[in-house]
Amino acid sequence: MSVELTGAEITIRCLQEEGVRCIFGYPGGAVLFIYDELFKQDKVRHILVRHEQAAVHAADGYARSSNNVGVALVTSGPGVTNAVTGIATAYMDSIPMVIISGQVPTSAIGLDAFQEVDTVGITRPCVKHNFLVKDITELAQTIKKAFYIASTGRPGPVLVDIPKDVSQQKTKFAYPDKITMRSYNPVTKGHSRQIKRAAELILSAKRPVIYAGGGVILSDAAPQLTELVQMLNFPCTNTLMGLGGYPATDKQSLGMLGMHGTYEANMAMQYCDVSVAVGARFDDRVIGNPKHFSNENRKIIHIDIDPSSISKRVKVDVPIVGDVLDVLKELIKLLKAEKGKPDQAALKEWWKQIELWRERDCLKYDRESKIIKPQMVIEKLFNITKGDAFITSDVGQHQMWAAQFYKFDKPRRWINSGGLGTMGFGMPAAMGVQLANPKGKVACITGEASIQMCIQELSTCKQYKLPLKIINLNNRYMGMVRQWQEFFHGNRYAESYMNALPDFVKLAESYGHVGMKIERPEDVEGALKEAFKLKDQLVFMDFITDQTENVFPMVPGGKGLSEMILV
Amino acid sequence: MRHIISLLMENEAGALSRVAGLFSARGYNIESLSVAPTEDPTLSRMTVVTIGSDEVVEQVTKQLNKLIEVVKIIDLNEGNHIERELMLVKVRAIGSDREEIKRLVEIFRGCIIDVTDKSYTIELTGTSSKLDAFLEAVERSAVLETVRTGASGIGRGEWILKV
Repeated sequence: MSVELTGAEITIRCLQEEGVRCIFGYPGGAVLFIYDELFKQDKVRHILVRHEQAAVHAADGYARSSNNVGVALVTSGPGVTNAVTGIATAYMDSIPMVIISGQVPTSAIGLDAFQEVDTVGITRPCVKHNFLVKDITELAQTIKKAFYIASTGRPGPVLVDIPKDVSQQKTKFAYPDKITMRSYNPVTKGHSRQIKRAAELILSAKRPVIYAGGGVILSDAAPQLTELVQMLNFPCTNTLMGLGGYPATDKQSLGMLGMHGTYEANMAMQYCDVSVAVGARFDDRVIGNPKHFSNENRKIIHIDIDPSSISKRVKVDVPIVGDVLDVLKELIKLLKAEKGKPDQAALKEWWKQIELWRERDCLKYDRESKIIKPQMVIEKLFNITKGDAFITSDVGQHQMWAAQFYKFDKPRRWINSGGLGTMGFGMPAAMGVQLANPKGKVACITGEASIQMCIQELSTCKQYKLPLKIINLNNRYMGMVRQWQEFFHGNRYAESYMNALPDFVKLAESYGHVGMKIERPEDVEGALKEAFKLKDQLVFMDFITDQTENVFPMVPGGKGLSEMILV
Repeated sequence: MRHIISLLMENEAGALSRVAGLFSARGYNIESLSVAPTEDPTLSRMTVVTIGSDEVVEQVTKQLNKLIEVVKIIDLNEGNHIERELMLVKVRAIGSDREEIKRLVEIFRGCIIDVTDKSYTIELTGTSSKLDAFLEAVERSAVLETVRTGASGIGRGEWILKV
């Protein structure tokens, strides 16, 4: 006969059964029993953050860089509300996560108890699913379901809310091996007839483009995407979320497309005759104005695991619902078996056109500048790390420059908040990345505005000796806000100047880290090299950059893809 | 266009608010929504009446399908179906109006289920538009109170929504 365990013990046992090695959290009243059980074991490591938002971002970075489910543990009330930004961030980018939250005892629910909020209600619109466990006999099964739902289909965060009394009660523990749910059966395999139609359309293409998004990364299909692109000799463009899905240094890569995408990528996307969308969703930052996009006549093949992503903003000709990995494998098999080949002469012409677009050199900037150009810092970072670092970013200009100038050749190396656009994401996400990849080089590209949104995590980095390299592109402005104000609001820089900045060098040093201030272009490379030599230490590099630099190309809001502002 | 969407969902706390929340979060219209457990107490059947273009309604059904607790969903407009709604309406009934209203109720095949010397309470079932028609037929100022359940729908013949 099996012994009875408390809800808290069951919670930890479930995490162990799921193979969770590392969780991120912050204790509080409602989760004290769970923390007590964490204390008594050593299989699951707990990383204590300084704010719950960071716990969720760190679990998120952990998940994105390792393809494990990220786990965060927070207390009731403010613990949960602080976590919401992190949960919504993960939801928008479809990241598999389980968030365990404490709740006031069941007898107190609804009575406005101390540190009570309606967690399930507050998080409902930003989770894939959530549960309130009122009955301890359902706890183990619920946690199993949470991991299953989070990691299958289109992944996403799942929250399990556990009242304090449930964590204290006892029941027999048996962790289910498998779970079946009549209401949740995600598709994996694509429809074979649709895949055949896609293959035919691909072979008939004269001006094709493969447009690959975050779905490629999430389903670990980068090798298949690369194979497809190369066997067809098609151009490939990646979304912000899809960077690394196809090697950026390869000649068939057009770089990123979208609002700050390259000229060649946006023009190719606009004027192609067949677009193969792979795990991407035609969102507003990618195709701009959908009406303008639809003005050009092209056929669209759309591979996505989420049927609701298909024909949402753009009408699709060949929809294929399925796991990108499965569908690409099938598609490659089919194309290999088919005798035909796309019209090679037409393809050659198309490449010639693309080369002409490429010659526009849309990412050029002043390399002779006497002030540090942010693009140059990222180019140097790329060279020094040989393109092999894990790069996290915050949100704004620096994020776009990172996406444009760091050439990602591998998936799961580029970690950023693409959907929600959460400032403050970079450093905590980098902590998660470093913990998932202890030997990896991890750099956080940030700005002086974003970094201050979760600056308290310098303390967590100290506690766990996380040797992050923080690249602070300090232009004393909320750069992207300033850029929009310059372009669209008559240079009225309303509240976008960062006044009263801390001395970041001293700040880093006060946490026991290394701080550097770099003010001259000729010092950039040396500083980066020195920082990466300090293998065991966090180095905060404060680069004083050009205040007026803008991100180009730019598709203004509401404009079409080919209506770029170019430098 | 008006669509009647039928859902089978897990009869669990919070399932209804997921559906309602989805409609408000994504800006979809809800004309009416009715829900109750089925013969299988673990399942609830919900009927949502929504108005939108075909593209919007397609998104509505896809998004509803994504909700973990939704087991099955159909758009009843895709086939032949029957729609019924129940209305209770209290009307002022004095003097000669009493006979007039009684006749009207007969024409609409409703029944009077409560009577006082000043009012009738009428029960009426039918499509939502039939109930609208009844309300239009009664003099506006005579209507004291109306309660409507929202439409329920079911497919005709062999068309069955079942797990």
